[in-house]
Amino acid sequence: MHAVLIMIAQRLALGALTLIVVSIVIFSATELLPGDLASAILGQSATPETLAALRAQLGLNDPAPVRYWAWLTGALQGDFGVSLATRRPIADMIEQRLGNTLFLALYAAALAVPLALVLGILAALWRNSIFDRVANAGALSAISFPEFFIAYILVLWLAQTGYFPSMVRLTPVTSFPDKLYMSFLPALTLTLVVTAHMMRMTRAAIINLMAQPYIEMARLKGASPLRIVLRHALPNALAPIINVIALNLAYLITGVVVVEVVFVYPGLGQLMVDSVAKRDIAVVQAIALIFASAYVLLNLTADVLSTLTNPRLMKRG
Amino acid sequence: MTDSPLLTIRDLYVEGRAGEDWLPIIKGIDLTLHRGEVLGLIGESGAGKSTLGLAAMGFARDGCRISRGEIRFDGIDLRTTSERAKRKLRGRRIAYVAQSAAASFNPAHKLIDQYAEAPLLHGVMAREQARHDAIELYDKMRLPNPQEIGFRYPHQVSGGQLQRAMTAMAMACRPDLIIFDEPTTALDVTTQIEVLAAIRDIVRQFGTAAIYITHDLAVVAQMADRIKILLRGEQVEEADTRTMLAAPREDYTKSLWAVRSFARAEQPAATDDPIISVRGVTAAYGKTTVLQDVSFDIHAGRTVAVVGESGSGKSTAARVITGLLPPVAGEILLDGTALPPDYRARTRDQLRQCQMIYQMADTALNPKLTLREIIGRPAEMYLGLHGRALRDRVRALLEMIELEPDSYIDRLPSELSGGQKQRIGIARALAADPRLIICDEVTSALDQIVQEGILRLLDKLQSELGLAYMFITHDLATVRAIADDVVVMKQGRIVEQGTKAQVFAPPHAPYTDLLLSSVPEMDPDWLSNLLKARSV
Repeated sequence: MHAVLIMIAQRLALGALTLIVVSIVIFSATELLPGDLASAILGQSATPETLAALRAQLGLNDPAPVRYWAWLTGALQGDFGVSLATRRPIADMIEQRLGNTLFLALYAAALAVPLALVLGILAALWRNSIFDRVANAGALSAISFPEFFIAYILVLWLAQTGYFPSMVRLTPVTSFPDKLYMSFLPALTLTLVVTAHMMRMTRAAIINLMAQPYIEMARLKGASPLRIVLRHALPNALAPIINVIALNLAYLITGVVVVEVVFVYPGLGQLMVDSVAKRDIAVVQAIALIFASAYVLLNLTADVLSTLTNPRLMKRG
Repeated sequence: MTDSPLLTIRDLYVEGRAGEDWLPIIKGIDLTLHRGEVLGLIGESGAGKSTLGLAAMGFARDGCRISRGEIRFDGIDLRTTSERAKRKLRGRRIAYVAQSAAASFNPAHKLIDQYAEAPLLHGVMAREQARHDAIELYDKMRLPNPQEIGFRYPHQVSGGQLQRAMTAMAMACRPDLIIFDEPTTALDVTTQIEVLAAIRDIVRQFGTAAIYITHDLAVVAQMADRIKILLRGEQVEEADTRTMLAAPREDYTKSLWAVRSFARAEQPAATDDPIISVRGVTAAYGKTTVLQDVSFDIHAGRTVAVVGESGSGKSTAARVITGLLPPVAGEILLDGTALPPDYRARTRDQLRQCQMIYQMADTALNPKLTLREIIGRPAEMYLGLHGRALRDRVRALLEMIELEPDSYIDRLPSELSGGQKQRIGIARALAADPRLIICDEVTSALDQIVQEGILRLLDKLQSELGLAYMFITHDLATVRAIADDVVVMKQGRIVEQGTKAQVFAPPHAPYTDLLLSSVPEMDPDWLSNLLKARSV
């Protein structure tokens, strides 16, 4: 176990380093934009005097590294500053939205991951059968359509007919079952989008192993095809599968902008789009940092989990 | 043997898919095996031995099919019975021991759980009982630390031990028949003996019938009651072991015997200055020292065989000489001057003088290049040949390795046989016009007859070009055939070195003695006598 703890510590350090680099990139990118915050806030009404006054007030006259440091240390304590558009603390604006986004991501993952694994395992078990072909073709079609197209089809079929709401209105007092019901269509859309990738990787990773001598050995010991896939192939195929799942989970958190917009879902993606439209750069920065952290954390988890599934890495010597 | 046979195969045909066509692999083989009997199955690779062994379980690999004939196991027709019924037989009544235990154990599970799988699956034993039984059989197979070894993962156990654990696993349900598919081919001679003895004991003890597949006659002589010889999917002849060894009838069988007769003429000890001198070399991978104070010389026109088990440091010595692994201490002298330890610091001419041939010709040749490019590249790089001169050089090299230039020069490696690929490896080494060629187990992956051809070719080239060879091998028969000088290594140290006559003539260092006495001989009583002698 000792070696694993060291590895986790190393990966954490590496992840932190990545985040710092990302934060520098985010900060510099907004620095490169024409104009600055003060002119963005004042817009048309800016006079040289008001601009200078606001710049002094916002600390914009400090050198970039100083401002970066202030921003980063604030962000680490959960203080992302104040929104330029609404003058409210960004942390407050983000908090509820982040909860909604995570809820939707988990909801979609809870549908998509088991579905993808079961379909992938069955497709590997019955490879080249009708089932395999239908599952593959279905998954490929789902991934080929743009998300908004799938979303509108679902709205047409399941919302226009009155089964599910097409707009999601979440309030702090919405009960959990109501949340599940109201968010069903966006979750289903996301499920359709991410399942194919995970399913095909599961299938490929398992089939890749089916030519291994130890699989032949299992067959010659009299193991059934299902047992061969589940007990002999799957444990050795977990590492690539876990990595694809992590990548898709990250996508579910960070890539759902379109789906949120279609269903008017009050998540981070919506907020980011709104903030970009309003040139609310402070909010965009904060959300970008959160998205980057989600990516780094999930990939870190995937690395650790795939190591744990491999006895050759766990128990050396 | 008056009882009905355990296994009968009649007029069996197995085909393998080649693109659109089905090509025959087994062509009308008959086989009869009685209870408790061991049948040896001999042939080169591609003879269909494994296919026949698997067919005895009613099994054909993906891309193969049993197309005709009858397979009857204890009254059950394996060709017509259902897949489910066959699954009930496999592992329970017919078990299989694969060639590479390291690849045939599932890396994700502990040995003892893999042992228990078949008994649990077939409802023969409960888990606790199976574990108990495993430990008992591990002990019978003379595995070290039988109480504990089953709780390791395959990668934590050595190859020889895995092979024994796999035999124990095959025994788990006390089957009536075990198919051994080259179970000792991948092992060192000293390990092979232990595995052979353990397998023979346990098969006799439980009265299990066995089909023992191998390409090594001397091995099968120790194990089998009867021997069947296959060639390209057809039977050459079958007889009981002693008859077969004493009086083979067919020419092909006799040629299998003859392979071991090639021997290079004795040469007197070298008196000239060596090309390469290894001086007091110590080398390490990280903190693990793999070579300890190793010194030996290589002379022009002579072959130095470096012998030892895997892990003895043979290949590491080659890596130090070529500069791939700079040593921790010591130096390599070329014509008396020290070479830079790292190959990147050596001049092109220094690099040119020492070339390598590898064990796996398959992976050592770039599959996307034609032979013209493979052989031409070193000639262009080291000798600066271009255009016509380069083409003539490549053609001359192909002639040297006895491949017809016109029909071979534009082929890809995939269009060659294993032996031909190894010849290309030789031509590529020769293309640089070297003085020393390091041959790293170059014949280990080849059949005996093909091996013979390669050895003869190397010998011919040596006398024509005055080459020096450093020949790394674990096969003492090869050493006897081609070496002038012998270096015996164990755990990174040289235990003995000298001319072939000196090393092979008694008295030996104890380890040399162990190595020499471990090489199987054709005598069917050899293993029994040896074990008796060693136990005294």
